[in-house]
Amino acid sequence: MADTKIDKNSTLSFQPPLEVDLEKRQFLVNTTATAGAIGAAAMAMPFVGSMLPSERAKAAGAPVEVDISKIPPGAMMTAEWRGKPVWIINRTDAQTAELSQHNDQLSDPMCDVASQQPGYCKNSSRGIKPNIGVVVGICTHLGCSPTAKLETGGDMGENWTGGFFCPCHGSKFDLAGRVYKGSPAPTNLVVPPHKYLTDTTILIGVDADVEA
Amino acid sequence: MTENKSQATGGLMSWIDARFPLSSNIKNHLTEYYAPKNFNFWYFFGSLAMLVLVLQIITGIFLTMHYKPSAEEAFASVEYIMRDVFGGNIIRYMHSTGASMFFAVVYLHMFRGLIYGSYRNPRELIWLFGVAIFLVLMGEAFFGYLLPWGQMSYWGAQVIVNLFSAIPFIGPDLSEWLRGDYLISDATLNRFFAFHVIALPLVLLGLVMVHLIALHEVGSNNPDGIEIKAQKDKKTGIPLDGIPFHPYYTVKDLVGVVVFFIVFAAIIFFAPEMGGYFLEANNFIPANSLQTPAHIAPVWYFTPYYSILRAVPPVMNSQFPGVAAMGLSVLIFALLPWLDRSPVKSIRYRGTLYKKWLAAFVVSFLVLGYLGTVPSNVWGQFGAWCGGADRATVVARIFTVIYFSFFILMPWYTAKDKTKPVPERVTY
Repeated sequence: MADTKIDKNSTLSFQPPLEVDLEKRQFLVNTTATAGAIGAAAMAMPFVGSMLPSERAKAAGAPVEVDISKIPPGAMMTAEWRGKPVWIINRTDAQTAELSQHNDQLSDPMCDVASQQPGYCKNSSRGIKPNIGVVVGICTHLGCSPTAKLETGGDMGENWTGGFFCPCHGSKFDLAGRVYKGSPAPTNLVVPPHKYLTDTTILIGVDADVEA
Repeated sequence: MTENKSQATGGLMSWIDARFPLSSNIKNHLTEYYAPKNFNFWYFFGSLAMLVLVLQIITGIFLTMHYKPSAEEAFASVEYIMRDVFGGNIIRYMHSTGASMFFAVVYLHMFRGLIYGSYRNPRELIWLFGVAIFLVLMGEAFFGYLLPWGQMSYWGAQVIVNLFSAIPFIGPDLSEWLRGDYLISDATLNRFFAFHVIALPLVLLGLVMVHLIALHEVGSNNPDGIEIKAQKDKKTGIPLDGIPFHPYYTVKDLVGVVVFFIVFAAIIFFAPEMGGYFLEANNFIPANSLQTPAHIAPVWYFTPYYSILRAVPPVMNSQFPGVAAMGLSVLIFALLPWLDRSPVKSIRYRGTLYKKWLAAFVVSFLVLGYLGTVPSNVWGQFGAWCGGADRATVVARIFTVIYFSFFILMPWYTAKDKTKPVPERVTY
């Protein structure tokens, strides 16, 4: 143990060069650090990427075919597309007519936020057919699924003309999934891409080839 | 030669000491770590937090022996633990009650720091490590809450992960990356399990270690907020007001442990669900991605921040301000060492102005906490003069402003406050 102590007067076996090229040393330090950082970043890619939706998850988003012939007027059904609830609402004529009567209470009555519906659904009923509404039943606030309050009035107050109420933070939507002013939800509910295969069958997840 | 000699005289201990600094560590951190002699009951909660951490790790290990982290099997495996595994219900209730008790003792521990100025110079880093521990603990609780795969697990995770999608530009991609799917799914459950049982516990243990190393470097604060190291015995160099941590405080803490276990056992055996506050009724229904429960609320320890989230209205069609306010309401604790301009540390020597602000903060924390557990229409609506706004939302907004004012106005009111003279030696 004791003999490992360095004696001041002894000569070291390794002699550092008398003149150190500091510039060269700094260059080598910089290039080594850069190469190391690039390597670390490259190595991080598989780890970060592994957390993205997998190929299996992507494949699960296939289009869904739904038979809508059994929905009575004024009622709705829920289909599942990409694991999310998709509501198909069969509005009565009165309900459809009412949609244009409360535009002043809505945040985006004219559906100007383009991301919330395909171009061919940018109309007052947000659908291909005026009486059939197809919307993803996920609140645009924080992703809860709103509760259907299709009847007028009731516990929603006497001015309620039918729509949806989110239990999480109280956002309100009308029967076309448009958000009422004062709701925490910033935008209308999403209308998914969909098309009519026949008069009573829709395919959710595929864009319609109709003109806007 | 010296080694052999010490081995002969000291036995096993010196054999170890020659290879690992065992007795010097025992001295530095226990038998010759001098803590102020005037600790009161507020000083129980740090050691109790460590006790709960150990309990959570042990019960967690045993739960993982039976739990299945898959969307298909998770809910059933928890029920299996509750019904078919010997002692499984006790272990599970210890873990779920432990989560709530962890937050209870940590909140009391933080409040202690607040009233006695434990975050002030030279203990800023201890405080920052503590804030980091609090953040990791919140993450740990959140990830763990998804695992039983009940309705509240599912929709709670849905809401919190969607908070990230409110971040401008990167938000939607970020929340998709966190979920690993387009909705909360098996992939999400599996990774939350990984975070909950290994990633965050490792970080937590590391942070607790540096929290303690920093504490033992500068020494503990005390209810008087004065430095005991300023008055040392001239011969020994030991602080005059210091007593060795062991045996004095280990024995004192044992009393706290006993009381804690009485409370803990009472909850586990008589009220493990705590009327829906520790385990929510909706979480006994398996997760259903198509239906949100009629009323969702987080577990009690998150409700103050959840209230702040709900209280902030969307700005320019963006929910980001609410999310930012919620994040800030937690992170702002980190700024306390620099916000406090008072010449004294402890509440004992502060004036009434500070005490009033502290009281207002505590009240707003509790009111916001309560409001977070109930729907926003719980107190009905104001009349048309107020736009028919929910009463509870308006109240939550007022208390959110008070909550933040406590921090933002602190440099002003702590500097303006009249303080009392601080003694040289600790009092009781």
